[in-house]
Formats: sequence, C-alpha cells, structure tokens
Amino acid sequence: MLIHLGVIDYCLLLVYFAFVLGIGFVVKRGVSGTKDFFESGRALPAWVCALGFIGANLGAQEVMGMAASGAKYGIMTSHFYWLGAIPAMVFVAVFMMPFYYGSKARSVPEYLKLRFDEKTRGFNAVTFACMTVMSSGISMYALATLLRAILGWNLHLCIAASGAIVFVYTFTGGLRSAIYNEVLQFFLIVFGFLPLVLLGLKQVGGWSGLTSRLAVVATRNGMPEGAWSHSWKFVGSAQSNPMGVEWFGLAMGLGFVLSFGYWCTDFLVVQRAMAAKDMNAARRTPIIAAFPKMLFPFLVILPGMLAIALTTDSGGGAHFSLPSKGGSLNYDMVVPAMLAHYFPSGLLGVGLTALIASFMSGMAGNVTAFNTVWTYDIYQAYIRPNASDAHYLAVGRAATVAGIAASIACAYTAAKFNNIMDVLQLVFAFVNAPLFATFLLGMFWRRTTGHGAFFGLLAGTAAAAAHHGLSLPAGAETGIKGGWLSVVHHYPSEMAQNFWTAIWAFSACFVATVVVSLATRQRKSDEELTGLCYALTPRPREDDVPWHKRPAILGVLVLTLTLILNIVFW
Amino acid sequence: MDLDVRLPIGLMFSLFGLLLAGFGLTSDPQIYAEHSLGINVNLDWGLVLLAFGATMLLVALRARRSGDATSRRRPGS
Repeated sequence: MLIHLGVIDYCLLLVYFAFVLGIGFVVKRGVSGTKDFFESGRALPAWVCALGFIGANLGAQEVMGMAASGAKYGIMTSHFYWLGAIPAMVFVAVFMMPFYYGSKARSVPEYLKLRFDEKTRGFNAVTFACMTVMSSGISMYALATLLRAILGWNLHLCIAASGAIVFVYTFTGGLRSAIYNEVLQFFLIVFGFLPLVLLGLKQVGGWSGLTSRLAVVATRNGMPEGAWSHSWKFVGSAQSNPMGVEWFGLAMGLGFVLSFGYWCTDFLVVQRAMAAKDMNAARRTPIIAAFPKMLFPFLVILPGMLAIALTTDSGGGAHFSLPSKGGSLNYDMVVPAMLAHYFPSGLLGVGLTALIASFMSGMAGNVTAFNTVWTYDIYQAYIRPNASDAHYLAVGRAATVAGIAASIACAYTAAKFNNIMDVLQLVFAFVNAPLFATFLLGMFWRRTTGHGAFFGLLAGTAAAAAHHGLSLPAGAETGIKGGWLSVVHHYPSEMAQNFWTAIWAFSACFVATVVVSLATRQRKSDEELTGLCYALTPRPREDDVPWHKRPAILGVLVLTLTLILNIVFW
Repeated sequence: MDLDVRLPIGLMFSLFGLLLAGFGLTSDPQIYAEHSLGINVNLDWGLVLLAFGATMLLVALRARRSGDATSRRRPGS
C-alpha cells in the first residue's frame, strides 16, 4: 500500500462526488426528448464543448499512459500532441465538421449511411459499440486495481461504486450532464496534477537540472545524451532514439494515420463537437480544445520525465524513486507513486480525486457514445424504426443501463482473462486503423461508392491483421505482440510496429476503396451527396463572423504555436 | 432549465480551496517537510483553487445578471 488517506482527503473526495451527482440531477430537468439526451439539444457554447472534447479524451489511459511514456521515451512522447493530435484537431474543425454538423447525421455511423450505404454503417456501428463498452470496462477495471494497490480498497466495491456514479449522471442528464462533468473533470485534472509538476521541477532543479539528469538516463540506455530531452533531433534513425522509430514511420503512422483516424472519426470525441449550438461553434470546438491540448505535454508527460530523472539520481534518502516490478521499473506507477511522494494529506485528496475523475470521464464518454450509437444506429436502424421519440429516449436510457452492465462484465472478464481483452483490443485496432482513409475519400472524392468504402475497410482491416501477424517488436514473444503467422520482419519497438500497422492498413484501405469504387457504379445522386461531400457542399458563410471566431484563422494560429513548440523542444 | 456549468465549477473549487487552505493553516508542518519540500502546499494551492473558484463564480453570476437584463428587454424570449 502506497498511500494513507486522512479525513481531509475523504472530505474532498466526497465533495467531488456530490457535485458530480448534483450536476446530473440538475441537468435532468432539461431532458425532454432524444435530442436533449443524445445530442445535448445542440445548444452548448463552443468553449464548453471544447473542454468536453478534450475532457472525454483525458481519461486515465491518457494521464497515466502518457506519464509512463514520458518516463520510457522522454519528450518524444510529445509527438502524440504536437505532431498528432493538434494538426488532426485543426483538420477535423476546418474540413470535416461541416459534413458532420451540417448533414442530417446524428452520429458518425449515420454519416457513413448517408454518404455510403447501410452495410458500411452497420459495420462501423457494431464495432464502435463493442469498443466503447470494452474501453469503459477496462477503465473500470484499471481504476479498481489501482485503488486496491495504492489504497487497499476492495476491488468489487470500487467497480460497483464507479459504475454506479457514472450510471447516475449519464442516465439522468444524458450527454449534457456527461459534458458538464467532463468540463469539471478537466479543471480538476489540471489543478490536481499541476502541483506535481511544479514540485518535481523544483526538486530536480528546473529544466536544466532535468535535462542533465535525463542525459544520464539516455547514456545508461546506450542512446545519445539528448535522446530523452529532444523530440526531433534523433529521429533520423530508429536506433538512436528510445521510441525506436524513424521520422517517416513517426510522421506517417502517428502523425497522419493514427491521430487523424482517432480525432476525425471517433464518435466519442466528435459527439462533443456535434453538441455545439451552431455550425461556427461546432467548428471552433476542436480548435479551442487545441489550445489547452498543446500544453498538456507539460502536465502529463513531464511527470514521467521527472520521475525517471529523479529515480536515476544517486542521492538516496528521502528522494523520489519509481517502484519496480519484476526487476524493471514499473512505468505505469509514475503518477500514483509521485502523488504518494510529493502530496501531503490534503493536496493528496485533490490529486487522488483528479485521478478518479480521469477514470470516470473516460467511462462516461464511452457510455454516452455507446447509448447514442446503439439507439440511433442499431436499434432505430435495424430493430425498430419509426417508433415515437419517447420510445427512443426510453431505449437510450435502457442502453445506458445495459452499457454500464456490459462494462462491468468486461471489467470482470479483464480481471479473469487478461489475454482475451488484449486480443479483442487488437482486433478493434485493426478495424479502426483504416477508417480514416474511408472518410478522407468519402468526403473529398465524390466518386467513392458504398461498395468501395465497405470492401476498402475490410481490406484495410485484413492488411492490419496480416502486418501484425508477420512482424514482431524486438524482445517480444510471438503471439499477442505479433508474429502469429510467421515472423518476416523485426521492429525495434512495439511503438514502431503499431505505427507501421496503421500505415499498411490505411494504404490498403485507400487503394482498395479507389479500385472498387472505380469498378462499381455510384448509386448516390449529386443531390443525395449534397452536404456530405466537399465538392457538393457550399462553404459555410463567415461574412458576419469576426476574425477571432473564424475556424481557418484560429486553425492557422494553433498550427503556428504548435510549430514553435516543436522547434523549441527540437 | 439551463445550468451554467461555471456555477458548479466555481462552487466546487471555492469549497475545495477553503477546505485545503483551512487544513493548511491547522495542519502539522512536519507533513510538508516529509512530502512537499517544506512548502505548505495545502495553504498555497488552496488559495489558488479558491481564487479560481471565485473567479468562475463571479463570471457566472455576471453572465446570469446580464442574461436576465437581456430577457427583460426582450419579453417572451
């Protein structure tokens, strides 16, 4: 057990839970139909949607995973933000949001139906629904095991309690309540983890103290001195940086396919922007979100870098050091271990509340995306079309119950068969990897046909699976890590393998979609494609919008700032 | 029913700030030497949270008042 909580810590935790539930109950009074429940009435201001947009993504995987990567790979982890997420968020805002918000689609799968056909939508809806339930279940399980490990709390009680709280506020207030809580969680996570960074930096002697210690880490791992404190300098060859990737795999795999695939097509985040009050607010949502997002590396990656730097420091005694597991450092424990070390009772309660909040926002985001896709894209589409709005609202609420129940089932499955969950997650990764190619072609090439999209997706998924089955990261055994067909290629790291799997999936989907589209007839008329396809959609009018509210101008500003960050930490 | 999200945020962070700063004033300084490099982080960060919470509350209340004024000028909206 790492942490001992005092009365004050429990008080803070209870205050937080009271507010979370309170928001659910207050918002409940405004829910009168499906549009309120699933789309938040499309009435929220841009900044609320924006914080919900990143709040939903600021789950525990992000907070703890990025810190772990910060320790393992150093500042190169920032590529997930400054190369991946930010450009993708600008792209979805400027180019794709007009189709999502402007069309009649209420969800990402529904867009696929309008643009392509029923089978493409069905494929996306079913895989997405499974994926959300699984991520939510894994979140729940991870929270419970973490709380058991650091506080000694009961596993079943943790799963039940977290499920119950998320259930109450998503069931009552729907999407609006989830978004409001995500905004609250966003601030809590920022204020909960910021002191960690400040104290860590103070102890290590500021940025210069950090880099000099990281140089020791790097040379100890057989890398050039600056490998942990430079993001671009050592990507010329895969051998000289801790991530084991070279610039092409990095830029193409992470920067292009994975990041654009996630931020532009994942309904979990897109749903937040679609809740905005008008087209301009919807388009500004991802861009406003990009401003805090570009500073997140300092909040979530820096703790990992501080942890590894402090761990290698020879001055023992009261010094921080990362716990180890089975002879090697346990990177996943960066955040909990630092909380336990640097936060006294009081602030510890705030930090712990922030950690729990991050798990809950991950869960609630998945549950609200699940109930929408289930109700609109599976139930209304295939099981019972043409029912009353009240009926679908009831179904949506029932789906919330079912989604949480299924998440709990997933949490227990994860506890029992760790490997099965890994396999399933891999399968979903294969399904998702090619999706961005489908959207890109669908939105910008009007000749793309339904058959083209569907078979392109299948080809991309097959290519992802085949690539994974034929390659293996260094030091791994064949099986879940890859090479289950036969090993024809070795990658220096798992990260490199992931990036290249994505590149293969995207390329295969792209080529197959183009070929099949050319070979099949376009069944959709130009009228049907209006509002769904770039060439057939009138540009949103911005004559009366002041410059600081124009997505394109804001987008350029965001990209310029991101470029500066890349150069500063080159 | 339109809840301004800044209201619960402001309330919660003000409450967090008061609890934390209050605890910082009364707690044994030994815990800060043990954990936070001798800095009374509870008091310092509690004040930061309180300032943030109060600002949010202020903004929310001002928005509500000007919102009321607009709806009074335009009856029925």
